[in-house]
Amino acid sequence: MRPVSIVGTAQLPVQATTQLDLRQLGAQVVRGAMQEAGVERVDALFASNMLGDELQGQKHVAALIADESGLEGIEALQVQAAMASGSAPLRMAYLAVGSGEADLAVVVGVEKMSEGLAAPALSKALDAKEVADGATLISKNADLMRLYRKRYNVPEDGFVNFPVVAHHNARNNPNALFKDMNVNPRTVMKSRMIHDPLRLLDCSPICDGAAAVVLSPAEEARAHSPHPVRILSSTVATDRFRVGDRPNPLWLEAAHKSALKAYRLANVHRGDIDFFEVHDAFSIMACMQLEAAGFADQGQGWHLAEEKRISLRGDIPISTMGGLKARGHPIGATALYQVSEMVLQLRGRAGKNRVREAKIGMMSSVGGAGSTVITHILGI
Amino acid sequence: METSQHWRLRKQRYALVGEVCPHCESKIFPPRDICPDCGEDAREMYQFSGRGEVYSHTTVYQAPSGHAENVPYPVAIVRLEEGPLVTAQLTDVGDQPIEIGTPVEMVTRKLGADGERGMLVYGYKFRPALVER
Ligand SMILES: [Zn+2]
Repeated sequence: MRPVSIVGTAQLPVQATTQLDLRQLGAQVVRGAMQEAGVERVDALFASNMLGDELQGQKHVAALIADESGLEGIEALQVQAAMASGSAPLRMAYLAVGSGEADLAVVVGVEKMSEGLAAPALSKALDAKEVADGATLISKNADLMRLYRKRYNVPEDGFVNFPVVAHHNARNNPNALFKDMNVNPRTVMKSRMIHDPLRLLDCSPICDGAAAVVLSPAEEARAHSPHPVRILSSTVATDRFRVGDRPNPLWLEAAHKSALKAYRLANVHRGDIDFFEVHDAFSIMACMQLEAAGFADQGQGWHLAEEKRISLRGDIPISTMGGLKARGHPIGATALYQVSEMVLQLRGRAGKNRVREAKIGMMSSVGGAGSTVITHILGI
Repeated sequence: METSQHWRLRKQRYALVGEVCPHCESKIFPPRDICPDCGEDAREMYQFSGRGEVYSHTTVYQAPSGHAENVPYPVAIVRLEEGPLVTAQLTDVGDQPIEIGTPVEMVTRKLGADGERGMLVYGYKFRPALVER
């Protein structure tokens, strides 16, 4: 494997609803990222989209977006991992460029959740047998939150700073869905109960979005970008598929395995991570990922939020541009937003949300309730 | 669907029939034929008692397909007394508060409608245990 760098990014503002269709969304960010990288042609396109089949009646989005982007004849593949989908094609592009199969690759994520019913479609990331018995993705997260609170004696407002910090950070992100929203602990605790004990503001929103990045070999990166960002490692791990089959349902073994492997391959220690873009689709998931990656002991992750150690000036800033919670979670596009934001952070261009002297960042994507976890570490 | 397979599915759905691993004695539900604990073949049928306790629970307001008419409904992860955790709806809850640890027992109930064929689907749910154990 040769080292691989990110040399171009593009993101559209996350919106509650957009008039653009999947191919238009995809082409806009593909062309945007290629323009930033100063390239007219790439060797391969890898695409991510979770719900198009269900909500738009559209499969096969990689070839669709390649065509719309004017990349006729190119290698184009869609890669799937439920809610972790955005990171799956990123990894494939990393492998393609790293192996020498491709010299330039573009990774694109698109999602339009504003049409049709997203919640039942999202539940298809679970074992269909459990869904037939009435479970949903949200109910699984509610189960975990209730269990966590009981086992570790967490007060009712113990998770409140996960959404509060995410929303605070989103206010300085022009691409965030909730850039104009004020959220304080009271707002969270007064928000509607979704699936007890999960409240509306514990959950990431339904939204539309698209983002893309261009990868090149690190040794050629400066020809494309004055500030390339290196992909230091890319890992994926899986866990027992059903939450109930795990020896400890409150432990995300896939997140643990992929984070440890990512540290090792990047040759960094946990303490070297300057910020962590967690998959905070639900407050409880952010908490469990912090524990799985070693930033807190089991049952202690919520203290990182309680003590605001996850804020921009804390020891492990998370969701620095709003996270899934407040930037928004247009599923297939989410990881590409995370990467684009990390590139801003590592270039020192995150404006008011800049994490000081950030040199190394980590991001995770979680499929289902932790069945698949994909971790990437980026650095300069 | 092959008849024997269909029968197996019916047994799982109605009666909590799983498997026991002949090598490590792990109790398996739902049946999967390969023991997740030791990796050996496990095809011996095992009848679970249907007794257990609430491991965690919530109330569903946004249902998956086939359950839209039932919302809101309580759904739980139940720890069977033999060990496995199963997902199931709670029923006959009445005024009784459901908590982590509440003893429950299996009953057969209508689960919902099969999305494509509109057929009623029956299966197991759990209710608060009637007899103190
Ligand atoms: Zn066994």
